[in-house]
Amino acid sequence: METTLAPEMELHSARTRKATRRTTVLRIVAHVCFVLVSIAMLMPFFWLITSSLKRPEQIFVFPPQWIPNPVHWDNYTKLFDTVPVIRYAVNTLTITLGATIGQVVTSALVAYGFARMRFAGRDLAFSAILATLMLPYAVTIVPVYVMFAKLGWVNTYWPLILPYWFGGGAFNIFLLRQFFRTIPMDLDEAALLDGANRLRIFATIIVPLSKPALMAVFVLSLMHHWNDFLAPVIYLTTSTKWTLAIGISSLSSLESGRDFTHYQMALSTIVVVPVMIVFFLAQRVFIQGIALTGIKG
Amino acid sequence: MALPRTDNYLQPPKRRPFWNRRMSDNVQGWLFILPAVIGFFLFQLGPVIASLALSFTKYNIIKPPTFVGLDNYKTMFTDDKLFRISVEATLKYSFLAIPLSLITAYIAALLLNRDMRGISIYRTLWYLPALVPSVASAAVWGWLLNRNYGPINYPLRLLGLPTPGWLVDPDWIIPSLVLINLWSFGSPLLIFLAGLQGVPQHLYDAVAVDGGNAWHRFRDVTLPQTSSIVFFNLIMGIIGTFQTFSIVYVLFTPTAGETNAGPGNAGLLYVLYLYRNAFLYFKSGYASAMAWVLFMVILVLTALAFWSQRKWVYYEAEARGGR
Repeated sequence: METTLAPEMELHSARTRKATRRTTVLRIVAHVCFVLVSIAMLMPFFWLITSSLKRPEQIFVFPPQWIPNPVHWDNYTKLFDTVPVIRYAVNTLTITLGATIGQVVTSALVAYGFARMRFAGRDLAFSAILATLMLPYAVTIVPVYVMFAKLGWVNTYWPLILPYWFGGGAFNIFLLRQFFRTIPMDLDEAALLDGANRLRIFATIIVPLSKPALMAVFVLSLMHHWNDFLAPVIYLTTSTKWTLAIGISSLSSLESGRDFTHYQMALSTIVVVPVMIVFFLAQRVFIQGIALTGIKG
Repeated sequence: MALPRTDNYLQPPKRRPFWNRRMSDNVQGWLFILPAVIGFFLFQLGPVIASLALSFTKYNIIKPPTFVGLDNYKTMFTDDKLFRISVEATLKYSFLAIPLSLITAYIAALLLNRDMRGISIYRTLWYLPALVPSVASAAVWGWLLNRNYGPINYPLRLLGLPTPGWLVDPDWIIPSLVLINLWSFGSPLLIFLAGLQGVPQHLYDAVAVDGGNAWHRFRDVTLPQTSSIVFFNLIMGIIGTFQTFSIVYVLFTPTAGETNAGPGNAGLLYVLYLYRNAFLYFKSGYASAMAWVLFMVILVLTALAFWSQRKWVYYEAEARGGR
């Protein structure tokens, strides 16, 4: 940095040179602070992964072992013998995909109606749906459970998938509506004059132009359902139906208690790693999606 | 919108046919939003009303509900010691966690909102914890905060500082939960960052022309321009924090014969107790009454926030005298 600035600095007065030096110092101080905070933020990840490679006798020692020695890669193979990881993963994926697809498809359709059509009662309906953002889930959880229990759907995946095929939540509708509104309305009008119907306009004009926003909803939903815990723990009673999140939690409730800490860390690593991968692959759409809902409130 | 209405355009405007464009738009519009409308009644409004009705009953899902009037509410506020404990724990937790994570996220966003080499790496790293499922977060923090072997107490012990019991000491459980919550401040951070990047540069230039310093830039431009985002994050923070569940569920999973949520039930947050009533003790009526009390508290707090926002949230349209 100094070298690129050097020729210009010859021309500057001593005062500006001092100021430049001060900003350089400030920049270094900032970097040091940022690195320290980053280390603090990453420490739990480090501890999670290293603990997943230790045996209990390496975990419960003083002083703590920062780098596992020896490294127990076999924890992971043993984990697969202790816990039906594959089954949990398949279950989790089934629920995640089933619910996510419903959320993307129906929230997009609903958002289209709200963003690009005029009809009686539209704004009232939109306010009502937006108001559900403020509704604590704790209020609806018991009656919805009773409803699914009466249908005989407890211990099935229906209660975890079906509700997401009804609009996909106010948050996603809002996000997509905001995005759809930025597309010029003339496109719809022109297509209508050409005799296209609304569904066709939606599918051939709006959806292709809204890929980033739809991707954002897709990724956000994907992560939500992958990480979800409350609904699975309420509805899934037999262990063969469990998800990865319940698997993690069940490892701390085993009576032998802490003997399973290393397995719990290994399973948590298995759950966290795909989330990180998806995040890094879709980082841009993801951040834009969150930003989109946040600012234009 | 820019084009004239096609129905009037193609036909002489003498009599509007019943099935005109407006009518067709009404029907089609409602068809598009139909899933959300059904969902609204089936999964939101219906259950809210049902929940209120159930809150006046004794109900275990198997037998039909029996009406008990206000008994559930009476029990809650007079007899139920655990209810009182859970309310205290939740209030203590929320009033620490909400402002702390809001302020931290705001300061972090201010720090990260600059042009600097590698800044996007810092943004990513600080955001990452928000992606960790709360179950995994609970698992790893339960272990990080281990009194004897955890890596957090280790340096404290080396320095001869007191080593708190964290999750095994009733006085330290709530601070521990606040700390865990603070770790994942990524969502408000991202929203703040997006908001800060939306602040128009010319406003800062104007302050500079007037000879303002960094503090003036912050007070006169940044803060008012982002106040609506602070407000949004505050509301989301209230709703989310009051309903914290997974973390305490995993940290304080009842082991055989023990039903406490940590020593002295200090970790018995409201929704965890609600969950136990509904799905472990099969007291659905009581759980519904609890849900409604929570609903009212959140409603009042949100209303307070909305009411107060007129004093501290800046909206551009109003300041310009528009509308």
